[in-house]
Amino acid sequence: MIKLIGQRAIASIFSLLVLMVLVFFLSRLTGDPAVLFLPIDATEQMKEEFRRLHGLDRPVLEQFWFYLQDLAYLDFGESLRKARPALEVVLEAYAWTLPLALITMALVMVAAIVLGSLAAFKTGGFFDRLVSIISLIGASAPDFWIAIVAIVIFSIGLGWLPTSGVGTPVHWILPVAVLFIRPFGLVVQVVRGSMLAALQAPYVKTARAKGVKNLPLIFVHTLRNGMLPVITVMGDQAAALLNGAVIVETIFGFPGIGKLMIDSILQRDFNVVLAAIMVTALAIFIMNVLIDIAYGLLDPRIRY
Amino acid sequence: MPATITQAPTTASETKGPNLISMLWRDKFAFVSVIILLLILVSALIGPALLGDAATQQNLRGRNFPPFSFERGWLFYLGGDALGRSMLARLIVAAQSTIAIAAGTVAAAMVVGTILGLIAGYMGKVVSQVIMRLADVIMSFPSLLIAVVVLYVLGPSIPNMILVLAITRVPIYLRTARAEVLEVRERMFVQAAIVMGATHSRIIVKHILPVIAPTILTIATLDFAFVMLAESSLSFLGIGVQPPDITWGLMVSQGRPYLSSAWWLAFWPGLMIVIAALSLNLLSNWLRVALDPTQRWRLEARRTKSV
Repeated sequence: MIKLIGQRAIASIFSLLVLMVLVFFLSRLTGDPAVLFLPIDATEQMKEEFRRLHGLDRPVLEQFWFYLQDLAYLDFGESLRKARPALEVVLEAYAWTLPLALITMALVMVAAIVLGSLAAFKTGGFFDRLVSIISLIGASAPDFWIAIVAIVIFSIGLGWLPTSGVGTPVHWILPVAVLFIRPFGLVVQVVRGSMLAALQAPYVKTARAKGVKNLPLIFVHTLRNGMLPVITVMGDQAAALLNGAVIVETIFGFPGIGKLMIDSILQRDFNVVLAAIMVTALAIFIMNVLIDIAYGLLDPRIRY
Repeated sequence: MPATITQAPTTASETKGPNLISMLWRDKFAFVSVIILLLILVSALIGPALLGDAATQQNLRGRNFPPFSFERGWLFYLGGDALGRSMLARLIVAAQSTIAIAAGTVAAAMVVGTILGLIAGYMGKVVSQVIMRLADVIMSFPSLLIAVVVLYVLGPSIPNMILVLAITRVPIYLRTARAEVLEVRERMFVQAAIVMGATHSRIIVKHILPVIAPTILTIATLDFAFVMLAESSLSFLGIGVQPPDITWGLMVSQGRPYLSSAWWLAFWPGLMIVIAALSLNLLSNWLRVALDPTQRWRLEARRTKSV
């Protein structure tokens, strides 16, 4: 187990380093933050001072070296936009995105397992059709469009839900619902496929012969064996949820990591972009390790 | 099956043609999808030449003209946009950039990914490891975020978009191609070709590529829909296609400020994306069955019964 986590850690650190170097040097090419942050009538001297203050007057390689040195102390530098430590800004945004992602994934998991299992149990039945329709929509409809249509219907037309913001629990309904569709469509297909296979197993026949009722047969006997591929896909989807978060958070004015990334990139707040990338990579890494542990718990035959 | 056998004496291309079309006819969803996709393709090809003027002609008296009325001619049946331009004409013209970006991306990612996958699967361990680790780097991070960062640096333009999106899609083809090659390489006919002294390039091109091509094509169809969605997301965020070029994604974004007064500005282009992506998904489902020799009977079976 430890060895596996170690291997994963090395692979992730390698990916992260490549990404970091890429983003660091590319972002330095986007233009001069001094021009963007100072007033339009700022003198050349003021710009010089701004650059010196933020270390932007040094050669890029030197800047990178200093950045790495600070990084060793977990210092991600300061956010130009907010004049606060970049890490703090990123973690604050994660405090919004994490619950959003967790709620969405929990709903996806429950709904996908229930509907997917029922669909597999009665192929061609009502649930089966429902599942295939929703997963087709999930694979075909752009999430920003779903979000907009939902706003038009539920906020503007019916006036039930707020258009944006995060004040009350009601504000969470639309973002969660929009984020839900794509991962649900994919996961439910995997549940259905893997349950179809699992239901063919001889032990299911035995259980049925012994008189086990349908529901316990599906959710107690078969489900555990059908779960392994589902967990893998859930992991991929949780990481991909960040893609959706960029869109959904922008549309609904949700102060999470997706919106922070876009805003920071547009305003050349390099330190925040880099910190956000690294924290995200760490989050994905932790999730992958948790998935490996879940594998071992679900299937005792898997040993690390 | 008998039907295919009776046709066997004719040349390969002749047997394949009618076969595929009648197999397509068996699956009505796939058939409709192909027709829709052809329509979109035609509008992408000749739309701008035909309706380019109508799509750019502004008429401020027709601002946000409501849809479903022939009062201002059929071009305004889907309404007018914020500058009084015909929505229908703009939708048709926007098909070109939308399709061009998606097609360019899928083609580039497919060619590069498949070649790298063939190399990684066929060559030794070191080359394979290097290629796979590079794929891991790309896969390790949400693709939209990478695209946002890189596009912002390079500047949003259509070639840059194709480049960035293609890079994020390469690993899909690479992994599939490699996995297939690893399996095909061990088959008897490849072994036989090696024994007969065929060169590496001949084995890859003549023996391995034809076997893995159907899988790659199926994935490409599915990927086309995915890339279209990704492009529209980027354009929606404002770092994709820039006006005066238009794609459906950009049209949604342009219509967003008018949501409460003119819903059709954002609704129609989004619906076009849904229709196109849905058709591609259905076609891909059909391709998966039609191109797999062990599954193809599902589409042929009914015909044999009627013969």
